[in-house]
Amino acid sequence: MSKLSHGIGGLTFDDKKKARAPEWNILFALALIIAIFEGLGALLMGQSLLFDSADRFDGIFNVARLKIIILQVSIIGIIALGATQVIILGGIDLSPGSIVGATAMVAMSFAQVAEISGMANPKLMFDGVSDLPVIVPILVGITCGVLAGGINGVLIAYTKIPPFIATLGMMVFARGVAKWWSKGQPISFPTDSYAALGSGMTPVYIFIALAVLFHFILNYTVYGKHTYAIGSNEQASRMSGIKVEQHKVLVYTIAGVLAALAAIVLSSKNLTAQAGMGVMYELDAIAMTVIGGVSLAGGRGSILGTVLGALIFGVIISGFTFLRLDAYYQEMVKGVIIVGAVVLDQYRQKRNSARM
Amino acid sequence: MLDYSTSDVVLETRDLTKHYGGVHALEGANFKIHQGEHVAIMGDNGAGKSTFVRQITAVEQRTRGDIILHGEPTHFDGPIKAREAGIETVFQNLALADDLDVPSNLFLGREKVKFKLGPFSILDNKAMRDATMAGLEKTGVKIPNILNSIQNMSGGQRQCVAIARTAAFHSKLTIMDEPTAALGVQETAQVENIIRTLKEQNEPVILISHNMRQVFDLMDRIVVFRRGRICANIKVDETLKPEDVVAYITGAKTGAEYPEAG
Repeated sequence: MSKLSHGIGGLTFDDKKKARAPEWNILFALALIIAIFEGLGALLMGQSLLFDSADRFDGIFNVARLKIIILQVSIIGIIALGATQVIILGGIDLSPGSIVGATAMVAMSFAQVAEISGMANPKLMFDGVSDLPVIVPILVGITCGVLAGGINGVLIAYTKIPPFIATLGMMVFARGVAKWWSKGQPISFPTDSYAALGSGMTPVYIFIALAVLFHFILNYTVYGKHTYAIGSNEQASRMSGIKVEQHKVLVYTIAGVLAALAAIVLSSKNLTAQAGMGVMYELDAIAMTVIGGVSLAGGRGSILGTVLGALIFGVIISGFTFLRLDAYYQEMVKGVIIVGAVVLDQYRQKRNSARM
Repeated sequence: MLDYSTSDVVLETRDLTKHYGGVHALEGANFKIHQGEHVAIMGDNGAGKSTFVRQITAVEQRTRGDIILHGEPTHFDGPIKAREAGIETVFQNLALADDLDVPSNLFLGREKVKFKLGPFSILDNKAMRDATMAGLEKTGVKIPNILNSIQNMSGGQRQCVAIARTAAFHSKLTIMDEPTAALGVQETAQVENIIRTLKEQNEPVILISHNMRQVFDLMDRIVVFRRGRICANIKVDETLKPEDVVAYITGAKTGAEYPEAG
């Protein structure tokens, strides 16, 4: 650096003031929340949230609870991976919950068995469409995601209507599709291979694999760079020759596919698909990303942050159950945390612009 | 004296005209800029300066006339095509993505890749960092850590990054639209230093500016626009007084002695 000697004027730039990676703050918040629950647990319940306090398990941690914490956020976490990209792009997506409902219904109707212990499947959707290889419902599901997400993207990129409105429309529309598909009837009894997709800890592995994949894509590919660039300054991106419209379609399509994957895992886990599946999932997913430090103004955030945000979410839900508090309080606290995270983000932005 | 006769003309416009409906924003502009020449474009608001630049950079499509880049007539259908051909513009409102670091901004929209895979091509971050360092060195811009995001930098540093783009991409012609209008004294000095560096490197520059001192300090020639026409083409030397230029800008004097710019 020292060979650049032309710098003039009284410009100072304190390298030490370089901000810590925001993920550290979120990790700190996670630790703080765990500590609060541990404290309350010791005080009120006489036991630990995450650690093996009464030697009931043969380890340091309460492994069963740790598994539950991760498992219960992994399906919405998959949606949150898409929400992260959409919000970094500077948009918002309200439709994933309904896409989950519609995709679960459609995919499940291609994953059914013909007979259950000798009896004909009473829920069979299409005569003759049964016992298909597992790849068929997976591809059908992904197609649903591509369609729904693609429509979102095309509406937002080419008709210039605000993402909030476009995806609100898709939210209502896809929920309608979910109800219409089987006239409100649940679709059940999937093949063993389909049921395996959501059994045990498989959802966690799928979530982790997808998180690693999109962490890589956002950080090391042109796609990731352009997503951040458009969210940061759409006008500058356009002037720099980035095909903003095409890129938006791609990002919303990927978000739709991730919602579809969540639907496949969820319907597999539940062994049934119902039209009401996934209601409000989009809000939980957005909450995870916001808690994970993704800025609603666009341009900032990371997959790692969102994964940490999802864990914070899981710890809070488990912590409330652990303290035997009503679910009502859970939702209230969730609401407070979401608003708190956005206020924090606003404060961060203001501080940044003041520094200029 | 500069030799204006030979083929080192970088950009030439002939009878460049732009009408917005009945408004003749630009009328018959004949203009030339040579290799290594720094030309100022001055004029009152609405005199046609920005219209002129918008035609060259293909932000708008001209009504008639020719734009000749290195002897080749051009018909760019958009600013991106003009940029690909080597006409780099530094805008007054910085065309930078605040949340990205310096190399990402320099290579925005034309990233270097290691492995081509459509939109999922793998970025070659090291090559972009190296090219950024080389570009900054060429312009003499000093930035402590190029991997910091742009938003933590001063206005001067940000404008320098925008100008450094032109050096990083070996552009044929750099156009600056009031690059220091929003900057403080020290930051302005920093940007002016870059313009001097470009002069030393024989890079041609068109500068739109209202700042008479800046133009007299840095530029070889002043082209004055008035009411959509080029009304004067003045060489900057010791005998030239700011009052003369002001007289052309306000229309008190008309430039009969320079009928054709260049």
